[in-house]
Amino acid sequence: MMKLKVKNSSGLTRIGEGKGSKVFDVFNVILMFLFLLVTLYPFWYAIIISLSDGKAVMANRVSIVPIDMTFATYKVVLRDPSIVTGFRNTIIYTVVGTLINLAASSLCAYPLSRSQLPGRGIIMKLIVFTMFFSGGMIPTYLVVNSLGIIDSIWAIVLPGAISTYNMIVMRTFFMGIPESLHEAACLDGASEVQILVRVVLPLSKAILATMLLFYGVGHWNSYMNALLYLNKKDLFPLQSILRNMVVDGQLSEAQTQVGGGSSFQVVETTMKYAVIVVSTLPIVLIYPFVQKYFVKGVMIGSVKG
Amino acid sequence: MLIIQKSEGRAGVKPPLNKRFNRIWQYRHLYLMLIAPLAYYLIFCYWPMYGLQIGFKKYGINTGILGSPWVGFKYFEEYLGEAYFWKVVRNTFLLNIYSLIFSFPMPIILALLLNEVRSSFYKKLVQSISYLPHFMSTVVVCGFVINFLANSGPVNAVLDKLLGHKVQFLMEARYFRTIYIVSGIWQNIGWNSIIYFAAISGVDGQLYEAAIMDGAGRFRQVWHITIPAIMPTVTIMLILAIGGLLNVGYEKIILLYNGSTYETADVISSYVYRKGILGADYSYSTAVGVFQSVIGMIFIWSANKFSSLVGENSLW
Repeated sequence: MMKLKVKNSSGLTRIGEGKGSKVFDVFNVILMFLFLLVTLYPFWYAIIISLSDGKAVMANRVSIVPIDMTFATYKVVLRDPSIVTGFRNTIIYTVVGTLINLAASSLCAYPLSRSQLPGRGIIMKLIVFTMFFSGGMIPTYLVVNSLGIIDSIWAIVLPGAISTYNMIVMRTFFMGIPESLHEAACLDGASEVQILVRVVLPLSKAILATMLLFYGVGHWNSYMNALLYLNKKDLFPLQSILRNMVVDGQLSEAQTQVGGGSSFQVVETTMKYAVIVVSTLPIVLIYPFVQKYFVKGVMIGSVKG
Repeated sequence: MLIIQKSEGRAGVKPPLNKRFNRIWQYRHLYLMLIAPLAYYLIFCYWPMYGLQIGFKKYGINTGILGSPWVGFKYFEEYLGEAYFWKVVRNTFLLNIYSLIFSFPMPIILALLLNEVRSSFYKKLVQSISYLPHFMSTVVVCGFVINFLANSGPVNAVLDKLLGHKVQFLMEARYFRTIYIVSGIWQNIGWNSIIYFAAISGVDGQLYEAAIMDGAGRFRQVWHITIPAIMPTVTIMLILAIGGLLNVGYEKIILLYNGSTYETADVISSYVYRKGILGADYSYSTAVGVFQSVIGMIFIWSANKFSSLVGENSLW
């Protein structure tokens, strides 16, 4: 097939501006447009359903724009005490967790980026080993259990305080800072702590921003630690609430259908999508501004991870 | 406080006993920094590894790791003899193989196609938007999947009109893998293509100019320049994917599966989760976990060795 196209395009003109090429251009632009549609439609669908009147949703009439637009669903959702608590918990976990992540990763990456540090090789080997091999879910659960931090914020933010991959990316970045800066700072009488805080970190704003975003989004989206280590409902992050409503709600929807309570189900469908919108909105809103940092992070990591 | 210590250290503290100690003493602040991170690795990575021994013991919460009696390979024999365990292993492999076949090429195709788009504004727009689903949580993605495919969802509304009947997608085992793979592609195709974009944008423009001078059309340029340029990246990514052949995260699985789809959906990690966390059968599930950890390590380790043989860019 490839050959056919090649013949087609080069047979007509010399530099690949033939008919085949133009047809391909049109086809490609349309294909990419369809790709955009498929990528965005679920989000759009969630928005229009959550803004539509329940009756229209029930009748499956909503597919492109909201019908009988109303904010009623959002009023219900934003007043739901479990969602409000979930939001608050998620914000706390994200802020505290990300700060711990950044501090721990920098404190780990910086010393290990100093080539003269005795024992650096063996420490690095021990850390990298954890990327290959881990105790797994149950032994980790038992450790968290015996630390007595089940049902507390620490069970959410401490396991996974350092992502080894991110730490190595940071270390790679720190290693790129010229040695002469260290020497200059040393001559000026700066201690290693001062060098880290006054020289290295200010020069590493790009990587810190990237890590902040990776870790932050990770915390915002995470529900596994909550699933494993939290039993108390008032500690649940937003994702756990979301899971109970949107994913497990599936069963109750079937049940209510059997029960014939149609007006309740209407509210439930629009509510599910409203909860999805509310929980993803923060990410979608900051996304356009921070997107380039994410990409940068991947690039730094892939140069030499 | 640390700073004060340091300045004292430079001037006043007595010279240490020997050279080796002297050298370590010189870097004491760096070691101090490492205390918290190393404590983390010790507690949350190495302690669980130590805890793996309960797979060989009859563990009880009251007796603890050390107090529980050894039972040798009892649990290993138990699960290795179970047909269900092998079904779970098979499911894990198959999900990975299918994603290798269907998900793996997608980002490459996207990168190649998008690279041919002439308008750089449009190119950037598509690229930026394509990353977005990657930042959605698993719960949100599964929420979309479940509600789109639900009996009252939009997909069934269309099917109802076209075919006259609805399909219970999430209740039938045969649809599970497709749902899992397709939703995975939707979420990650854009994000995974970044690395290929980078490889493509690293190609020297002169190569294309030379190819045009030689009369190569666009498709020849892609075939002879762009594709060879991304091959090293493709190889590395492929090896990495093969390294993870025994790893399927249970995060997405346990959101999407249910009793009627265990047949195809249950993987090693979700099995461990059900047995261990929900069933509190700690020793048995740890023994299953050991199987996954050990085989997984062999896979990843050989993949990494292999990738450093193939290209100069070893993974770490």
